[in-house]
Amino acid sequence: MDWSQVLQWGFVIALVTAGIRLAVPVLLAVLGEIITERSGILNLGLEGIMIVGAAGGFMTAYYLETGPLAGLAGSWSAWLGLGAGMLAGMAMGLLMAVLSITLHVDQVIAGVTLVLFGHGLADYFYRLQFSSLTARVTGLEQISIPLLSDIPVLGELLFRYDPTVYLTVFLVFLTWFFLFHTTWGLNIRSIGEHPAATETSGINVNLGRYAATLIGAGLAGLGGATLTVVQLGLFREGITAGRGWIAVALVIFARWRPGLALVGALLFGLADALQFRIQALSQVERGVGTLPYEFLLMLPYLLTLIALLYRRGRRDAPAALGIPYTQDSH
Amino acid sequence: MLTKTNEPVVQMRGIVKRFPGVVANARVDFDLQPGEIHTILGENGAGKTTLMKILYGLHAADEGEIRLRGKPVSFTSARDAIAQGMGMVHQHFMLVNPFSVADNIILGQPSSRKPLMDDPKLIHQRIRTLSEQYGLIVDPEVEVGKLSVGQQQRVEILKTLYRGAEILILDEPTAVLTPQEVADLLPILHRLTEEGKSIVFISHKLDEVLKVSERITVLRDGEVVGVTPASDVNKADLARMMVGRDVILKVAKEPAQPKEARLQLTDVWVDSDRGLPALRGLNIEVRAGEILGIAGVAGNGQSELEETIAGLRKVKSGQITICDHDTTRSTPRDVGRFGLAHVPSDRYKMGLLPDFSVAENMFLQRIGESPFTQRGVLDWKAIHQQAQGLINAFNVRGATVNTPAASLSGGNAQKMILARELDRKPQVLIAAQPTRGLDVSAIEYVHSQLVEQRDAGLAILLISTELDEILALSDRIAVMYEGEIMGIVDAADADIDDIGLMMTGSKPTNGQTRGTL
Ligand SMILES: Nc1ncnc2c1ncn2[C@@H]1O[C@H](COP(=O)(O)OP(=O)(O)O)[C@@H](O)[C@H]1O
Ligand SMILES: [Mg+2]
Repeated sequence: MDWSQVLQWGFVIALVTAGIRLAVPVLLAVLGEIITERSGILNLGLEGIMIVGAAGGFMTAYYLETGPLAGLAGSWSAWLGLGAGMLAGMAMGLLMAVLSITLHVDQVIAGVTLVLFGHGLADYFYRLQFSSLTARVTGLEQISIPLLSDIPVLGELLFRYDPTVYLTVFLVFLTWFFLFHTTWGLNIRSIGEHPAATETSGINVNLGRYAATLIGAGLAGLGGATLTVVQLGLFREGITAGRGWIAVALVIFARWRPGLALVGALLFGLADALQFRIQALSQVERGVGTLPYEFLLMLPYLLTLIALLYRRGRRDAPAALGIPYTQDSH
Repeated sequence: MLTKTNEPVVQMRGIVKRFPGVVANARVDFDLQPGEIHTILGENGAGKTTLMKILYGLHAADEGEIRLRGKPVSFTSARDAIAQGMGMVHQHFMLVNPFSVADNIILGQPSSRKPLMDDPKLIHQRIRTLSEQYGLIVDPEVEVGKLSVGQQQRVEILKTLYRGAEILILDEPTAVLTPQEVADLLPILHRLTEEGKSIVFISHKLDEVLKVSERITVLRDGEVVGVTPASDVNKADLARMMVGRDVILKVAKEPAQPKEARLQLTDVWVDSDRGLPALRGLNIEVRAGEILGIAGVAGNGQSELEETIAGLRKVKSGQITICDHDTTRSTPRDVGRFGLAHVPSDRYKMGLLPDFSVAENMFLQRIGESPFTQRGVLDWKAIHQQAQGLINAFNVRGATVNTPAASLSGGNAQKMILARELDRKPQVLIAAQPTRGLDVSAIEYVHSQLVEQRDAGLAILLISTELDEILALSDRIAVMYEGEIMGIVDAADADIDDIGLMMTGSKPTNGQTRGTL
């Protein structure tokens, strides 16, 4: 393949914009998981939550666009699909919360169960409703921000996206603000560090953990729905392709901070975009010396792994992460 | 103090609280007058903490009635109690280490601009004002985890005051403090009562209880043994009420008959976990048949000293010998073979495996030897038989061979560890904080064991931050400050003021040279 193509200006811009888009679903899940883990609940079920969000979101949007309800929601069908994805995620989150907070099921086991359950649930409903794989939805229009999007290069790089991209950037800020500048955020962080101390300060630990788990799962569900409803316009079995697991890893990379989560997710997104593009190029000009595409597929995951090695240790992890809380334990 | 005739601010009547297998409180009556310091005295497990958690809304009583300023109340959470002007400083601090002092203090407090947190400047200002008012000086912006234990306790007290507490419950506030910190705390309590606060003070240290309280309620096995003004009783009376029999408060011992040197440290340098010098050219020698006490404020190298001798920490330079074996680079296992026994300061982290049974804990170190293992197979019958022998000999109460170590009380866990260490017939014993957190009768037991072993010829290095304990047991006292020995004195003619000065880094005045014997 011709590497000079890779280095062309237009290619770089296309790569970066694709990378930013691809970062969105993962980033939403990472933000949610940061909130959940800050409360001391390790929700490893993100992959399952994302796929349920992806399926729920897609099917909702699809039925609002076609079928008997067509036209009812008009251009809102994609938004309603996203909302449905979020609700579906929260339903999964509720399951996680009941298992881990109320029933004290080991959080790792509850999380892994959630992943298996999520995959099964999504595939089942999808197969039940769709006999062919041609179902598609239209998604959301790109919004070019007036004036800013006309700036050369920068405008193209930063200001011509669909609304979920802007929304996600805003959510990074909002998550940070919520955690570090509101009393609720303080409570959540305190619950994750020292639940008994929090309880003695008159705060309901389990209520806080339920809330954090539901918010986190809602965001992961929204991430899954963004992928199918907005970015791909279709659903397939296993479409989230491990993004939930990547999100779990990126939370560690981000040291439980929303700002660093943005960085981590962008790295993942760029690697993913690069992988797509090089694959496409290689297919055009199959020849000697081509990287096997399986290797390319691995690239974003490999990158995440390396990032994790670089951030090893749990120094910044909430002290009570993964530990069930009972009133008697203080 | 003219308020004494007023009606009590707290009245607890007939409080009963049962936990599976124990009655923690059996019809307990307790009341607190406005402006008084009322001590609840009792051995570990007497039910003091449980009673206060009921008052503070963390536990629900099974029976009984609580009145606050005359009105019946029933709290279902700490929030209710805080709202009614109660504050509790817990035995184990309830602080979020990575948070700032200010964040710890405002946690759970309503903000005037919800959901945003209050303006930090305003909060810091309020904290500083309170700090100065009560002499509880601490920087509101610093991270709590970086504070000393004494400072953390100030944060705990400030926390209750900031939340408007009028009634303060202090659960064993002095258990973790150095003598100096205790001396600083007691006047603060008086300052608080002068400002009209009422204080429940929990402790099992008789001296400070007599010094600080106006009235004392003694609990034993969940029942009130008596309520008395502090001025009407002495230490012996209190000890008898607490334990239910006469207690020997002074350790009886003959002068030591020291023989050959068994443990020697020569110019030993060791780094702390953070890579700073923790032991700086330490020289000590412990002889057979004597107890050498290491006095000092916590954090002056005591834990490093303990770990270094036990083979758990790398020696940078210098030499350690145990019974004429050079153990400077030895592993804990080798050190044990050369005759060292170790009663570690952190009982539950270093001293035992909580989930393992008493028998397993007793013989784990020697499990591969006969009679515990025969031809590579564990001989449980022999193990249990030996363990039962030690349980009886050391009177480890509440233990069978199969009891998990975690379910033993502090005193009995310590007896188990002592039994294990002494059963190995050691030549040298390091006893680090051997009575920390124990009740009077357990302390009595551990102390008499140490003296008995000394008389039998054991060389004992006693490391303790309890100066009383050092004074009661040691034959010679070495005072440690910032990793150095400031001086070594004979216990017989030790001057407490001199020792106190050396503990804060002053050199002795009477010609004893620093760092030698
Ligand atoms: N949460 C609990 N669950 C079961 N037993 C408990 C609990 N808390 C205390 N106990 C038991 O109740 C008794 C009294 O304990 P506690 O009030 O902590 O005593 P104290 O504070 O006087 O040392 C002890 O036997 C203890 O083991
Ligand atoms: Mg207690």
